[in-house]
Amino acid sequence: MVARKSTKKPNVSAEDLKQYYRDMLLIRRFEEKAGQLYGMGLIGGFCHLYIGQEAVVVGLEAAAEEGDRRITTYRDHGHMLACGMDPNGVMAELTGREGGYSRGKGGSMHMFSTEKRFYGGHGIVGANVPLGAGLAFADKYLGNDRVTFTYFGDGAANQGQVYETFNMAALWQLPVIFVIENNQYAMGTSQKRSTSSPDIYTRGQAFGIPGEAVDGMDVLAVKEAGDKAVAHCRSGAGPYILEIKTYRYRGHSMSDPAKYRTREEVQKMREEKDAIEHVRELLVSGGHATEEDLKAIDKEIKDVVNASAEFAKESPEPALEELWTDIIADAAPQNA
Amino acid sequence: MATEILMPALSPTMEEGTLAKWLVKEGDTVKAGDILAEIETDKATMEFEAVDEGVMGKILIADGTEGVKVNTPIAVMLEDGESADDVASAPATKTAEAAPAAAPTPAPATAKAPEAPKANTSPDWPEGTEMQSMTVREALNSAMAEEMRRDDTVFVMGEEVAEYQGAYKITQNLLEEFGAKRVIDTPITEHGFAGIGVGASWGGLRPIVEFMTWNFAMQAIDQIINSAAKTLYMSGGQMGSPIVFRGPNGAAARVGAQHSQDYAAWYAQVPGLRVVQPYSAADAKGLLKTAIRDPNPVVFLENEILYGRSFEVPKMDDFTIPFGKAKIWREGTDVTIVSFGIGMTYALEAADKLAEDGISAEVIDLRTLRPMDTDTVIASVMKTNRCVTVEEGWPVASIGNHISSVLMQKAFDYLDAPVINCTGKDVPMPYAANLEKLALTSTQEVIDAVRQVTYR
Repeated sequence: MVARKSTKKPNVSAEDLKQYYRDMLLIRRFEEKAGQLYGMGLIGGFCHLYIGQEAVVVGLEAAAEEGDRRITTYRDHGHMLACGMDPNGVMAELTGREGGYSRGKGGSMHMFSTEKRFYGGHGIVGANVPLGAGLAFADKYLGNDRVTFTYFGDGAANQGQVYETFNMAALWQLPVIFVIENNQYAMGTSQKRSTSSPDIYTRGQAFGIPGEAVDGMDVLAVKEAGDKAVAHCRSGAGPYILEIKTYRYRGHSMSDPAKYRTREEVQKMREEKDAIEHVRELLVSGGHATEEDLKAIDKEIKDVVNASAEFAKESPEPALEELWTDIIADAAPQNA
Repeated sequence: MATEILMPALSPTMEEGTLAKWLVKEGDTVKAGDILAEIETDKATMEFEAVDEGVMGKILIADGTEGVKVNTPIAVMLEDGESADDVASAPATKTAEAAPAAAPTPAPATAKAPEAPKANTSPDWPEGTEMQSMTVREALNSAMAEEMRRDDTVFVMGEEVAEYQGAYKITQNLLEEFGAKRVIDTPITEHGFAGIGVGASWGGLRPIVEFMTWNFAMQAIDQIINSAAKTLYMSGGQMGSPIVFRGPNGAAARVGAQHSQDYAAWYAQVPGLRVVQPYSAADAKGLLKTAIRDPNPVVFLENEILYGRSFEVPKMDDFTIPFGKAKIWREGTDVTIVSFGIGMTYALEAADKLAEDGISAEVIDLRTLRPMDTDTVIASVMKTNRCVTVEEGWPVASIGNHISSVLMQKAFDYLDAPVINCTGKDVPMPYAANLEKLALTSTQEVIDAVRQVTYR
């Protein structure tokens, strides 16, 4: 595999670099395993894998602080792992088991962890954008300096409610970072065929929201842009837009005809731009890790992922009584 | 150890497929993510990738084989040091195991005889409480003000709620008392601000989102249902949405089809929501206070024509009405008239007129549509044996239809006549005064229906 030339000099510690490698690899291996379990019939319904886009969430989580919030759409497994949710709980939700984050009642697209301040996992394209601004609204109202990362795709960027939200977020100076993960395809429709103006990051200009495009295959570039966006929001200057150019290697969901792009295009991205290979190269060439060290990390990740798959297979299906629980809350919810 | 590769399921409904083409051959080394084969289903051709590294040991199903069932072994992968010959002699470990067994069949519903339901006739406020006359508008306004004084996390947002003092003056003076931080004018952007409201409810606040009318909330219905109503369930109980959506619902007068729809039946259908439609000022106040305190999303359906009507409201520091408790406005013996919201005006007027002719009608105000106090309705019908429902909404899949169904199941033997649903007509609301009058239900229709079910 040809390692891509690094666009950023690593100005992070070797320890951090290793952590990014580990975090990205966890997502990739987890997703590969999820694909495998899907093929075996253990995961049902829709399953949207994050493979290829790992640097986006890992870079931005590196810029986040305790108490910051995050919300995304349905390609959400990577976001959950990156913010520290337990792989066992995520995988068991994919298999629809009691040990899942939503006790089997949410599935791939609907998982939450108030403890990790992860507010879903949403299945309606674009709907999470005002929801994310609402979380930021709460923080501003409560007078703290937390920020909310609101992730959505290039496809969602064409939804009307996104611009309703841009308007109010700018008007009310909400501490929200709009993270557009531009993987170039809204399901099977390329950006060229769906979007009149390709530079989505400029769409905040009409509302006075600053934005920038970021190389999403370079975790260091993502981290640096994340730091800048976070500083802007935390200072009370209002929302910020990051359009992160990334690429999804797998299909939109498991049943993807792969007819809307060439195999060569996918292969080229994997070989020339892969975010994990990039960090691997930096670690080795910088003398921060030997092949042996990296093998040990690979093994460690593989064990975590295999354990999550085992947990997800062993965990029982939810009790039948669960059908009727969690419809209406009796006591005050603990959301904050 | 050698690993069997099984025919994958590539969509939720796939049972079998064609192994169109192998892209690796026996002896090839593969890495996780390499494409092994192309598989065709009736919908599409899909690529099938390796999930682990290894050496392709043996291909068990040849190119072009059709009708390969999901989970059939199609190849064997080897780890370092193994040879394909080993595979022939030793059974390979299957990577797949059977999908989890189907859930056991649920036990049949218990077949014991239902107990006769009882109406909850406890008084809404202590006897002897001093009363004051108040409009529905004043009642709603004072409910919000009281709750905002009690809880700093309660705020109200919507179009024209602050400086304009509310399109229908329901938020009058709130800006002056609570300031712009808690009384927030929004742009005309229902979808967006409903979503921001729901997000804020997850962030620790208790929003009251005013829709200038519920007709405009159709722009926001995805946030009300998909985001607010379903999240508690989808999160396994972790995250509820303590938010109130409120505003006038149903027909006002001469505003045409797009401003005159009654959404009671629409929202009453959704699990995860509370749905309230008060008639009197006391109920408007007591139920709105309950709604603001409730940890669930509440759809609070008001009525523009009722805003200016006056009712007696108890003079109490903290007065609430619980959800799921109907109110018997008038006791009677010959027929039960069930209604809610502005439908109550027709129901009560009809009951007065029927009394003049010696027909004694019991009139029940449902007050909340979800949860719905069907026990009070059933208990009443067991006594009167006849029922007429009254609402302004459309006739198909109406609240009246639901009550009729409940009565058939729970009080079939007590019914002496079919239940009649008085509803709005099955047409978009016309503008012309005479046609609009015809499109709405009326006191006369209720009287006619009662005469029909009582055969008098």
